[in-house]
Amino acid sequence: MSAAAPLLEMRGISKTFGAVRALRGVDLTVWPGEIHALMGENGAGKSTLMKILSGAYHADPGGRLMVDGREVSIASPLDALQLGVAIIYQELSLAPNLSVQQNVCLGREAARAGILDKAAMRRQCADILKRLGADFRPDTRVSRLSLAQQQMVEIARALSVDARILVMDEPTASLSSRETDKLFGLIRALRADGLAIIYISHRMAEVYELADRCSVLRDGAYVGTLKREDLGEARLIQMMVGRDLSDFYKKDQGEGRSFGAQVLKVEDLTDGRRIGPASLDVRAGEVVGLSGLVGAGRTELARMIFGAEPARGGRILLDGQPLAARHPAEAIAAGIVYLSEDRKGLGLFFDMTIEDNVNLAVAARDAYPFGIRRLALAARRGVDALKRLSIRARSAQSTVRALSGGNQQKVLFARLLATAPKLLILDEPTRGVDIGAKSDIYKLIDKLARSGAAILIISSELPEVIGIADRVFVMRDGQIAGVVTGADITQERIMAIATANNDKPVGEH
Amino acid sequence: MSGTPSNASQVDDLSLSVGRAEATRSLVRALGMLPVLLLLCIAFSLATGKFATVQNLIIIVQQASINLVLASGMTFVILTGGIDLSIGSVLAAAAMAALIVSLDPTWAVMAIPVALLVGVAFGTLNGSLIALVPLPPFIVTLGALTAIRGSARLLGNDTTVFNSDLGYAVIGEGDLFGIPWLTVIALGVVVISWFVLTKTVLGLYIYAIGGNPDAARLTGIKVKRVLILVYALSGLTAGLGGVMASARLYAANGLQLGQAYELDAIAAVILGGTSFLGGIGSVWGTVVGALMIAVLSNGLILTGVPDVWQSIVKGLIIIGAVALDRFRTGAEKAS
Repeated sequence: MSAAAPLLEMRGISKTFGAVRALRGVDLTVWPGEIHALMGENGAGKSTLMKILSGAYHADPGGRLMVDGREVSIASPLDALQLGVAIIYQELSLAPNLSVQQNVCLGREAARAGILDKAAMRRQCADILKRLGADFRPDTRVSRLSLAQQQMVEIARALSVDARILVMDEPTASLSSRETDKLFGLIRALRADGLAIIYISHRMAEVYELADRCSVLRDGAYVGTLKREDLGEARLIQMMVGRDLSDFYKKDQGEGRSFGAQVLKVEDLTDGRRIGPASLDVRAGEVVGLSGLVGAGRTELARMIFGAEPARGGRILLDGQPLAARHPAEAIAAGIVYLSEDRKGLGLFFDMTIEDNVNLAVAARDAYPFGIRRLALAARRGVDALKRLSIRARSAQSTVRALSGGNQQKVLFARLLATAPKLLILDEPTRGVDIGAKSDIYKLIDKLARSGAAILIISSELPEVIGIADRVFVMRDGQIAGVVTGADITQERIMAIATANNDKPVGEH
Repeated sequence: MSGTPSNASQVDDLSLSVGRAEATRSLVRALGMLPVLLLLCIAFSLATGKFATVQNLIIIVQQASINLVLASGMTFVILTGGIDLSIGSVLAAAAMAALIVSLDPTWAVMAIPVALLVGVAFGTLNGSLIALVPLPPFIVTLGALTAIRGSARLLGNDTTVFNSDLGYAVIGEGDLFGIPWLTVIALGVVVISWFVLTKTVLGLYIYAIGGNPDAARLTGIKVKRVLILVYALSGLTAGLGGVMASARLYAANGLQLGQAYELDAIAAVILGGTSFLGGIGSVWGTVVGALMIAVLSNGLILTGVPDVWQSIVKGLIIIGAVALDRFRTGAEKAS
C-alpha cells in the first residue's frame, strides 16, 4: 500500500436497469499488492460493480474510473483486458475438451505466418503453471482436472495477459478445505507480486484470513471500508444487513415448540447399492436435521423418500400409512415436498414468471375440469407469495431470472408452501443465500414447525443445523450412523459421528 | 394472509397493474416479427398493385392455412425443447388413409376421423419413443420422416389415389361467410392452441418442461406423459393437415404430398420468436411467422421474381429476419 497512486479507483459509479437502481454512487479504491474483499448480501450490487469493471455492463454517466491515477473508460471486455483487469467467475468458463495450454492461450494464440506456434505457447504456459505451482501439465485435457485445478487454469489465463487486477467471485465455493488452503497461498503469492486482488465471498472466515481491507455494499450503495485490524463479525454483519447481530442466529428458535404425532417414519430404506438400510422419523412440529459429510448420502436418501429415486427395500410410513411414491407427483399428492439443493438446475424455471413458478405444483389441483386453470386464483397466489415471504421483485409477473439468490429461494419456498405440505424436506435451504434472506428462511422454518408441519432439513452448515434442529440424524457412508438430541446437538458430537471409522452406530436411539 | 383488507387490496391492485404492464411487454416480444411482416406487405404493395387487394390477402391466408395448422402443433413440440421432423410424412399418410376410406361408400363418413386417428397414432408412437426409451426427438422423428413416408406410399401401393366425389371436398373449396373453410379451420386451431398454452395446466407444464425438464419432474409434473401428449398433438395437427391438403386436391400421393412441409412449419415457429431450446414462445408469434412465409411466396410470385430466385430470396429473408430480431432483443438487453 506504499504506492503513490491506487491501482484502481472507482468513484460515484451508478447503474440503473429500467426502473431498478442497481448501484448508487459506489466508490471503490484498490491498491497494488492488496487483497481487497468485497462483501454484501446477494443483490447488494457486487456483481454489477464487477461487471462494469470488466466491461460487460456500462455504468451510467457521471461516475469515474481510474487506473494508475489515469481516467479511463471501459467500453468492452477487451478494454478491460488491455487495462489488466481479469475476472474469474464462480462458474468457470473453460473449454473442457481442450488442453490446459489451449485454454490458457485461447483467443490469443501465438502464430507464425498463420500457423500456430505450439512450442512458444507451450513454453509460455509451462512457465506460468510453474509460477503457480500447478501439479498438472500444459497438454492435459481440462475435463480431466479437478475443479480446483481448473480454477488454476483460469488464473493462469489471467496471468498470461499480464493482469494486474484480478477479481475472484466466490472462488472457494466448490473447493475442499485443502484446496482452499492451497488457493489462499497462491493468492498471497500473487499479492506479493504486486497484483491487486478483489475477492468476493460470503464466508466471513475467509475474509478475516485473507483480506487486507474489506469494502461493503448494501442495496446498491457503498457502506464503507474496514481495515484488516477493524474486521469483526458483528461489525461486518451490521454493515451488510443494516441491523444488529443480535437478530441473527437465534439459539432459542426451537424453544417452546411442541411435537405431535409421528408424521414420517422411514424403516430400513435402501437403494440396494450405496444408501441404507436407513431408518429415521419426524414428528409434527419437529425440525429434524440430517447431517453428515458431503457424499454421505443425505440427498440420495431424501430423494428416495420423495419418490425421485427408486427404493429397493424398506418402507416409508406417512401418518402411519405406507407410502411407496414412484414419482414425485405421488409424494406431493400425499403431502411431502422437497426443496432441492440445486436451485438453478433442479428447482426454478428461470424464464417463467414468479407467479407461474409458485403455481406449478398446485395448478392441477386448483384447476377447473379439463385442466382449465383458475387464473385469478393463480394471480392471487403469486401476489400473496410476494407479501408473505417478502420477496423483493417488481411484480409477480417478473421472471425469476432477474431475482437475487435469496429471493429466488423464497420463490421456491412459496411453491412448496402452496401445496400445504405435511412434511417438508429441505436440502441446503440457505445455500448461496444472503444473510437477510437466511434469517427470513430460519424464521419461516420455525413458523412452519409451530403450525404443525414436520421438517427434515439437510445442511452442510453445522451452526445452522445446531441452531434450528430439535434432533439430528447423522449419516456416514450411506447409513444413519447416529442420532443426537437436545444438549447433545453440538458441532463436536455431530462431527465425531460423521467422521468416525467404526461401523457401530453411536448415540442414543 | 396478512395486513388489513383495504391495505392488502391496494397492494394487490398495484402488483396486478404492474403485472399487466409486464404482460403487455411480453406480448410485444411475442409479436416481435410483426413489424417485419408489415414492412414486407408495404414493400410488395409498392412493387405491385396486385398485392394489396382483398382477394389476394384472402388467398395468402388460405395458402398459409395448412402451414398454420402444422406450425401450431410444432409450437407445442418446440416449446418442450423438442422437434418433430415427421409431420410432412404423417400428413401424407393421413391423407392417403382418408382418401382410401372415402372410396368405400359404407365407411366414407369416417374419412376425417380416420385421418386424425392415423396422425395421433404416429404422433403417439414418436412421443413414446422419445419419452419412454428415451431417445432424442431429432433422431426419432428423422427416422419417422422416412419410415412414415414409406408407409404412406405403401397404403396406396405407391400410386396416387383419386376420389372425384370426395365427401369432405367442401373443406378445400367452400367458405363460411366469404372466408375459406381452410382459413376457418386454421384460425380455430390457432385459437385452441392459444387457449391450451395460456389457460390450461397442460400449457403451463409444456413451458415448464421446455424451461427445465429435471425441475419439472421434481415439481410433480409427469414429464413423460406430457411429452407423449405433445407429440400426439403434433401428429393430430399433421393428420388435420392431411385432411385439408387432400380436400383441395381430391387426391393424395404418398410420395409427393407434404414433402418438406415440416421445414416451413419449423421456420414459422422460429420466425415467431419461439426459442429453439424450449420454454419461451407463443402461438401468436407462430401466426406471424406463418403469414410471413406465405406473404413472401405470394409477393415474390406477383412481383415476377423467377422461380429459382424465389427460394433463394425466401431463405435469405428468413435468416435475415431472425438475425434482425436477435439484434433487436439483444440491444434491448444491453441498454
